[in-house]
Amino acid sequence: MNDMSGDVVICARGLGKRYRIGRREAAYGSLRESLANLALAPVRRLAALSRGEPLRRKPEIICALEDVDLDVRRGEVLGIIGRNGAGKSTLLKILSRITEPTTGRVELVGRVGSLLEVGTGFHPELTGRENIYLNGAILGMRKAEIDRRFDEIVDFAEVERFLDTPVKRYSSGMYVRLAFAVAAHLDTEILLVDEVLAVGDAAFRKKCIGKMDGISKDGRTVCFVSHDLASIRNLCTKVALLVEGRVELCSHPEATLRLYAEGLVSAGNSWERPLPSGGRPSMTALSGVLVRSSRAGQVASGEPLEFLISYQAEETGMQVHFAVGVYSALGEKLVHLTTRDHGSTFRSELAGTVRCRIDRLPLPPGQYVINVSMHSGFERLDHVPAALTFTVDNGDFFHTGRMTTESDGKVLVDHSWGLVGGGCG
Amino acid sequence: MDVRPRAHAKPLSLIIEPSSGWIPIRLRDLWAYRDLLYFLIWRDVKVRYKQTLLGAAWAILQPVMTMVVFTIFFGGLARISSEGLPYPIFSYSGLLPWTFFAQGLSQASNSLVGSQNLISKVYFPRLIIPLATVTAGVVDFLLAFLVLLAMMAYYGIWPGFAIIWLPLLLGLAFATALGVGMWMSALNVQYRDVRYVVPFLVQIWLFVTPVIYPASTVTARLESFGLPGWVFGLNPMTGVVEGFRWALLGVDSAPGPLILASSAVTAILLATGAVYFRRMERTFADVV
Repeated sequence: MNDMSGDVVICARGLGKRYRIGRREAAYGSLRESLANLALAPVRRLAALSRGEPLRRKPEIICALEDVDLDVRRGEVLGIIGRNGAGKSTLLKILSRITEPTTGRVELVGRVGSLLEVGTGFHPELTGRENIYLNGAILGMRKAEIDRRFDEIVDFAEVERFLDTPVKRYSSGMYVRLAFAVAAHLDTEILLVDEVLAVGDAAFRKKCIGKMDGISKDGRTVCFVSHDLASIRNLCTKVALLVEGRVELCSHPEATLRLYAEGLVSAGNSWERPLPSGGRPSMTALSGVLVRSSRAGQVASGEPLEFLISYQAEETGMQVHFAVGVYSALGEKLVHLTTRDHGSTFRSELAGTVRCRIDRLPLPPGQYVINVSMHSGFERLDHVPAALTFTVDNGDFFHTGRMTTESDGKVLVDHSWGLVGGGCG
Repeated sequence: MDVRPRAHAKPLSLIIEPSSGWIPIRLRDLWAYRDLLYFLIWRDVKVRYKQTLLGAAWAILQPVMTMVVFTIFFGGLARISSEGLPYPIFSYSGLLPWTFFAQGLSQASNSLVGSQNLISKVYFPRLIIPLATVTAGVVDFLLAFLVLLAMMAYYGIWPGFAIIWLPLLLGLAFATALGVGMWMSALNVQYRDVRYVVPFLVQIWLFVTPVIYPASTVTARLESFGLPGWVFGLNPMTGVVEGFRWALLGVDSAPGPLILASSAVTAILLATGAVYFRRMERTFADVV
């Protein structure tokens, strides 16, 4: 555990951020609308008066963040978790000065660097070398600083041979490695990181996590948003759980993660979740279906369970893969189910549903979280972490009449026992 | 955004609070990010003519082709006065600062919207974006300037002592492009109408600027209405274009009143543009 008596370097009090509703959907209006609104306002008011409505209707407001207090000490690694839309990214954007709070104040001690996206400002036409300088400057590094750390950055990214190639010719892996390498060498006392460790291949992810760990060992402070509960648990000394824009709990990782998992489960009994869908091919809904259910929203060990993933594609006949990851409430990955292992790609319809069936659920009682993703070839089209949660009840997995318990380990394995040889008679 | 560096306690401590009312320009903040400004200018210069067949030749071709067209139609067919100068060099010396201004303004207006990924992901003083865009145009200007020097040599025109004013006149064109550019780019974040307004604005502006015709045509008409000639200088580009001809081609007398009027208007554009930009800056990331 890090030195808990360090100075407070991030001190937020009563932090809030409100958006007027509609502002985010219709992010920009046209001048014509503004002028028309201006001209029509008196008419509308008269009409409203004649209908006996109050003259000034209260504008509808969304609170992305409300009354957030936060203290982070030097050398701490704060994890920030919460469901989509809980205000995690808004909080980071305020701390990194990208957007300004509506209420409250923050005091930051030390230089702040933020990494909200990997490769911000990379220009495809410029070479790797040129992009290191450009991206470094965008992240707030001085030229001299970049000069000094240039070799380290190139080493870390493993792109020496392609330094003078335009990055548009890079593979996506090289691109991401280079982008992360620049950001990882930001020498700021406070580093704000948003969900960027979810990129790159496994080996590189490991390297990144090692780097993050090193940063905090240097006595620098890190705030880290992620859906990846396992890396939150490994890296963080403290975790804040955001629920609907408020800090529900900011405490030891175990305590906060447990509360988060419970919250997910109590909110997750509906067994059906519309997923955010963009314009691109994406998944639009996920549901868990208990084929033989004893209780609503709960499945028992050994019972059949189906996941239905609804999706939309750009065209019919796209080759798509799906994957379902089953995680423990503490974020350890237990099972990975993918269509690829069955040699089955789907030729997509414009919109459709695929089914993943587990005949005998091999999980002991507990709470579980599902991640789903959709791929085409090796490109990940969509990924929804913590898309669905469910509770497993004790059940008769082994058909022996014994009910499973939480001490049955992490996964149940079908197996048999027998004697070897003739034995003693 | 109100971010005050604190004088006491630790050296690098900053406060983030909701801001209200007038927001200072904070030139020191801009200075702290000078390396970013440098790299953005450098990127703009580097990328501008990437993947074009003719490359940087475009910086020369645009004003030169315009000059040829103007010379044929306005100098040749319409016989517009060029104050005794050969029409090609008369129009080109006006087109030179004009092209710099028009490109700077158009590109600055779209600069913030074009950088929305930066604005929503990283903090830096937003003013750097239009500033870098306008500055990158100086390179094009210098390339096109070489053509003017060649033309002057061809026509045997030698600049007088007044040429020392040229950098200041270029500065005036720069400030005008930046001033209007700040207004337009900030408005563009909120209202995408700007994208359609600016090309139109630039077109109209060309006609009220003495690029095709000499300023004397207009000032004489103004004086016949009993108005002082410097009124024409309220269009800042009038002062710039007339100033260029005077400084380079030695047109007889200094257009002092025009340039003074232009400078005053530019100062106002620059100041109001900066104030408006700073006021809107805090919402850029939410709206863009």
